[in-house]
Order: sequence, then structure tokens, then C-alpha cells
Amino acid sequence: MTELTNLGVKDIRDGVASGEFTAREVAEAFNAAVAEAASLNAFIVTTPDHALASADAVDAKRAKGEDLGTMGGVPIGMKDLFATKGVQTTAASHILEGFNPQYESTVSQNLWDAGAGMLGKLNLDQFAMGSSNETSYFGNVSSPWRKAGSNAAMSPGGSSGGSSSAVAARIAPAATGTDTGGSIRQPAAFTGICGIKPTYGRCSRWGVVAFASSLDQAGPMARTVEDCAIMLEAMAGFDPKDATSLKMDVPAWEAGLSADLKGKRIGIPREYRMEGTDEDILKSWEQGKEWLRDAGAEIVDVSLQHTKYALPAYYIVAPAEASSNLARYDGVRYGLRDLPDGAGLQDMYAATRAEGFGDEVKRRILIGTYVLSAGFYDAYYNQAQKVRTLVSRDFAEAFGQCDAILAPTTPTASFPLGSLNDDPLTMYLNDVFAVPASLAGLPAMSVPATVNSDGLPLGLQIVGKPFDEQGVLNAGLAIQQRAGFDAKPEKWW
Amino acid sequence: MSVDKATVAKIASLARIKMGDEELERMVPELNGILDWVEQLGEVDVSGVEPMTAVIENHLRLRDDVVDADPKTAGGRREDVLANAPAAEHGFFGVPKVIE
Repeated sequence: MTELTNLGVKDIRDGVASGEFTAREVAEAFNAAVAEAASLNAFIVTTPDHALASADAVDAKRAKGEDLGTMGGVPIGMKDLFATKGVQTTAASHILEGFNPQYESTVSQNLWDAGAGMLGKLNLDQFAMGSSNETSYFGNVSSPWRKAGSNAAMSPGGSSGGSSSAVAARIAPAATGTDTGGSIRQPAAFTGICGIKPTYGRCSRWGVVAFASSLDQAGPMARTVEDCAIMLEAMAGFDPKDATSLKMDVPAWEAGLSADLKGKRIGIPREYRMEGTDEDILKSWEQGKEWLRDAGAEIVDVSLQHTKYALPAYYIVAPAEASSNLARYDGVRYGLRDLPDGAGLQDMYAATRAEGFGDEVKRRILIGTYVLSAGFYDAYYNQAQKVRTLVSRDFAEAFGQCDAILAPTTPTASFPLGSLNDDPLTMYLNDVFAVPASLAGLPAMSVPATVNSDGLPLGLQIVGKPFDEQGVLNAGLAIQQRAGFDAKPEKWW
Repeated sequence: MSVDKATVAKIASLARIKMGDEELERMVPELNGILDWVEQLGEVDVSGVEPMTAVIENHLRLRDDVVDADPKTAGGRREDVLANAPAAEHGFFGVPKVIE
């Protein structure tokens, strides 16, 4: 029998359905792989019993000849930003340590309804703020990848770093991620896996710990485009409990997959040729154009002239929303309370938040508070929201000339943990190619292209029109078929 | 525009985050680094541009005017609401005394 932990979503689902193996065997194999991989620190808590119970339910349904669901028998990792009933949900923060939700997030419930089970809650950057998974209260996550000839621990990217590490290490066939400014795509690129952020509003935000509400979107991370299509289909859908949820049917993305791009035009944004971009990345971008041309697409030049301003606009808008969203952590209703002797209510708030938030979270709350404060609102926040309109308009104009956009996902490959910690700004630049699509709410995906001279994975990004996840997935599939990416991290954990 | 230590102390107080002298000192250059960098947005000509309010066109729905339409977000769930409170007392959230 094939090693079960090498299988992805589709193969597991189909194998369970055909009786090649049972869902319980799959869950047991992944539970064991998770238990062995503690040194990656990908999970904050593991939930082997959840995985087994879901698997048993699927096996019982099969015995009765019932429908197993589109994710039937697939155990997944759940980013610890999704509220899971009865299972600690922390957003990798101290302030939510021990928080035990009394309800289930819509996205996780959708996955359980589709027959998936949970291996555990995955580590992340604290409140999803970070690009290297080094801001978690529960410690750094290591990528399973290492540079050729080095033992240095590498970053799995962030904020969905537990998700990317687990999927790349094959201790989970797939995982949920969330993307506010690249937090699905950048970690996917760093670890040689796929990840798609759908159009804003496709996946419900209900029960997802909020960071920046106008940007946050959930999406799947898995090793193939097909697996992402299957899982996104299970996650997405209208939810009346989220006011920004899109009231649209979920397309049959899996059934609609086609790598034939005849008649499609793929735009290459000239402003994405930035200084500081790695030579290997530029080479892979050229290669990506060739692959898409080979799939029948026409390559056209497009301009996204405000690209340069997207990242600074993001670092006003996202912290502003975060400062407001994170005001709820006050030591009164849930989470940590720090009550110094003789302290009043205001002192308690300030002490609780000082104790409960990490440095990066505090930095962003302060920036957000400042840009929203009287006298600075127009100069910073309003200006950033206007620039955001322009970034979005650039995309709308570009989509007059093309059906999707091809760009690198990141300006560099992964870097050693600890190497970019001195200056928050250099860390922020990791998301320079990812943030524009976030600001415009567009579907965007990273697909592995190749490995660089250090043996580290590089990703290519496809950005699509609003609601055109299918176009994004199809271009991703065309790349996947031609890239033949089969590099695997060597097991050291 | 740049911030000094007194301004950072003011922002931290607005954000209800207690910060000691050393932490404030450390935050000043970090915040100024970020603020200097976002200054470049000032170069962009935004005349006649509306600030973005909705990233994907969507109109706000009204829910049905029914009591407890969704049991998950309806009333009658005091125990669930208080389940994670650091100091629940007599069915309420407990806080330090605010009236002398």
C-alpha cells in the first residue's frame, strides 16, 4: 500500500470512497506523523481524537452506503485563528491562551460537514501579524525545508506558517489558512505548496479571529491545485452571520478545472520588476510565462502603476483596523486578565494588554491608533484608503486587457529564522507582491514553480478578476502540470 | 511627521497598553521608521478619488425581523457567553470596583 501520509486531499477522498483504505487508517497515519514532528512546532494543540471520530463517522457512512462528502475521510490542520468548539483557540497569543470557544466558525463547520476531520490547531504569527511565523507566543515554526548544506532552521513564511510547514512536511494533507496581506500565498511559496485566497467575501469570516476585517479571507493550503479546488469548494459559501459574505452560489471549481488556456490572456505587470528581487525569482517568472504560453495563453504587458504604494497603504489600513478589532481584548469577557494590586478598571485594561500582546501586535496597535487619531486621520488613513481605490482601479483597468495576472509570489525565497528580526520594515517587504491583490479583494494563488540554487522552493502567483477563482485555479493547474514540481524536504524532524 | 517619546506614551495610553520607559524608548525609532516609510503615500495624486469603503461591491442585508432568528447569535445563552470570562460573578462579568 502507498504510504498514506504522501497522499493529498483528492487521493485520500477517492481512496476512502473506493475502499482502498479506511478513513480510520488515514487518520491514524497522520496522527502518528503529527506526533513525530513536534520539532517543527507546527501545531499549538493536537486533536487526534477529533480526527479519529470524524474518520469513524465517515467509515460508518460508507458501510451504510451513504454519501461521504467532498472531503470525506480527509484529516486536515486548522489554523488556530478559527474558533473550534471546545478546542482552545489562541490566535497564537498569550491573551487568548486557554480560550475555549462555545461555538464553531462557519468555515471549520463547513469542512466538518464535508467529511473532514481535525488533526489539530496550527501555529501562526500572533493574530496573523507577521511574515515569518516568529511572532507566535507559542514559539517559532520551522519549515521542513533547509538550505542545501545547512542545518539552519528556515522560516515557513507567515502568518499561516504552521499550515505551510505541516502540509510541506506531509504531516497534514491540507490545512486552512487566512490571508490578510499575503498570509496564505507567501508561506505557500516558501514551502513549495499551493494556496489560494478567494475573492473577499467567498469564505465567511464568522468565528475567525479578526485582524483587518476589510482584508481577511480564509482559503485552503494543499500540495496540488486540485486539492485546493476541492477544499475551497467545501470552505466557501454564503453565511448570513457575516455581513460581508457574498450571496452567490459556490461554483463547482473541481469539476471546472482545465489546464487549457487557449483564448486566455495573461497580464505581466511591469511594475512588479522591482529592485531587490532575487535573480532566481525573475528567472522563474520568465519560465512561468513560457509555461502559460505553452498552455495556449497569450502573454500581454499590463501596468499596475500604483503597485509601489500598495504596501505602505496596507501598513496604514491593516493596523488601523487591527487597533479597532483588538480593542475587544480587555480582560473582562474572555482571555487573560492581569489585575495588579489595587488597580482600577483602566489599569486592568492596560496591564492585561501589556501582558497579553506580543511586540509586533503592540507595534501595529500603536500605529493604527496613531493613524486614526484626531488630526492625523486625513493625512494617513483617508489618504491610504484613497490609494487603495487607485490600486483597485489599476487592476480593473488591467483586466480590460487580460484575464489573469502572473507575478512572483515573493521577492526572495525563505530565509533563516531570526535573520530579518532587526527591522520590521524589511520583514514587511516580503509581502510586496502579495498585498496589492489583498487591497483589491481579488482571488490570488501561489503555485510552486521550482527550487532555487539553495534547493529552496519558489512560487508563482496568479491574480484573477473578482469571483474568477476558476480562472486562477486553471492557470495554476497549467503551471503545475508544466513545472512538474516534485521536490520534497528531506525528513530531519 | 514623526513621534517622540511623549507622543508614543499618549498613543499607548489611548490604546490602553501599559508601557514602561524602556519600552517607549524602543518603540520611538521603530514607529518613526514605519511612519517615515508610509509618508511616501503623500506623493500620490488623489484629487477626486474617493476613499475605498467596500472592496467588493456588496450591499448590506437586513435579517428577517424575527426574535432569535439564529439561535447561535440569539439571546438566552448567558452560560456560553460567560464561559470564558476571567471573573464571572452572579451571572455577570466581574470587574474591579469603579465607584468609591
